[in-house]
Amino acid sequence: MASNMTESQATTVQEGLQGFAQDWSSDKQTFHVPWGKAMMWIFLLSDTFIFGCFLTSYMNVRMSTRVPWPNPSEVFALSFGGEPIPLILIAIMTFVLITSSGTMALAVNYGYRRDRAKTAALMFITAAFGATFVGMQAFEWTKLIVDEGVRPWENPMGAPQFGATFFMITGFHGAHVSIGVIYLAVVAMKVLKGDYEASGNYEIVEITGLYWHFVDLVWVFIFAFFYLW
Amino acid sequence: MATDGHQEHPLSVYLWIWVLLFVLSAFSYAVDYIGLEGYLRWSLILIFMVAKAGLIIAIFMHMVWERLALIYAILGPPLLLSFFIGFMAIEGDYTFLTRLNFFGETDFVAQHHTDESH
Repeated sequence: MASNMTESQATTVQEGLQGFAQDWSSDKQTFHVPWGKAMMWIFLLSDTFIFGCFLTSYMNVRMSTRVPWPNPSEVFALSFGGEPIPLILIAIMTFVLITSSGTMALAVNYGYRRDRAKTAALMFITAAFGATFVGMQAFEWTKLIVDEGVRPWENPMGAPQFGATFFMITGFHGAHVSIGVIYLAVVAMKVLKGDYEASGNYEIVEITGLYWHFVDLVWVFIFAFFYLW
Repeated sequence: MATDGHQEHPLSVYLWIWVLLFVLSAFSYAVDYIGLEGYLRWSLILIFMVAKAGLIIAIFMHMVWERLALIYAILGPPLLLSFFIGFMAIEGDYTFLTRLNFFGETDFVAQHHTDESH
């Protein structure tokens, strides 16, 4: 605000690129958290809008189709020899992801205690659960494409939009999980090697954790709106 | 209260939230397994979803211990999505009624296949 500005400050304001750099590097801080953490939160905010748009467009096509929507409870049922159990694979995937979120939270905690071995081990366990999730999703996609003939433009069960939204939403989420597994493995390796010992700063574990919890968070919404609705 | 983004809390907090998330997930699944229908189904799905999302953001992502500047900056903007969702719901309804008007109640998939066989 101009009224708050003292005369000495006003005279040093520069124009052009110098001024641009000066404005953005001025001695002000809004978020009292490490730089990396604020940036991760802002990235996650933008990702929220991406998934928000996907789920909203899914709502739109599901509301506007005249053809009955396939019943996810039946589509995703799985039989282990006996009667098909509704939605069982998705339920197991949900529990796998929640378990991985728990191990991630513990990893962050042990990171701040500077327990390198436990932190890295918990992060690898988290990554393993994530890889399991992606594996189960690959199985689910294969079953749907090969056995049940679901395509992005048609399927034998009902509204053709079902395939388009399913592959788009779960595919994008699966890509996030896959990237998260790589991200976790890389950071876990660095923790184990002792790259953060010199500074004693284990914020990176919490930042990685934010991404991982976000992936779990998105799944909560996909599970509710796509599979249960 | 943690200072300057350093988030160290007792392990028991995480373990309790973990258990709660498991229980809530089991409840969500039970809604489908039992086969509840209509408004009861939809409201239960939403309640369990919001509870799970809230616990993950607040505790696992440490939002409850952050300063308001960060909380408002991150949680505020997504609220705008509710307007977008509202508009798209109206739009979806309109498209549905228009389709009924022009195409009638006949099954789109069946019609599509007979068109191809010509």
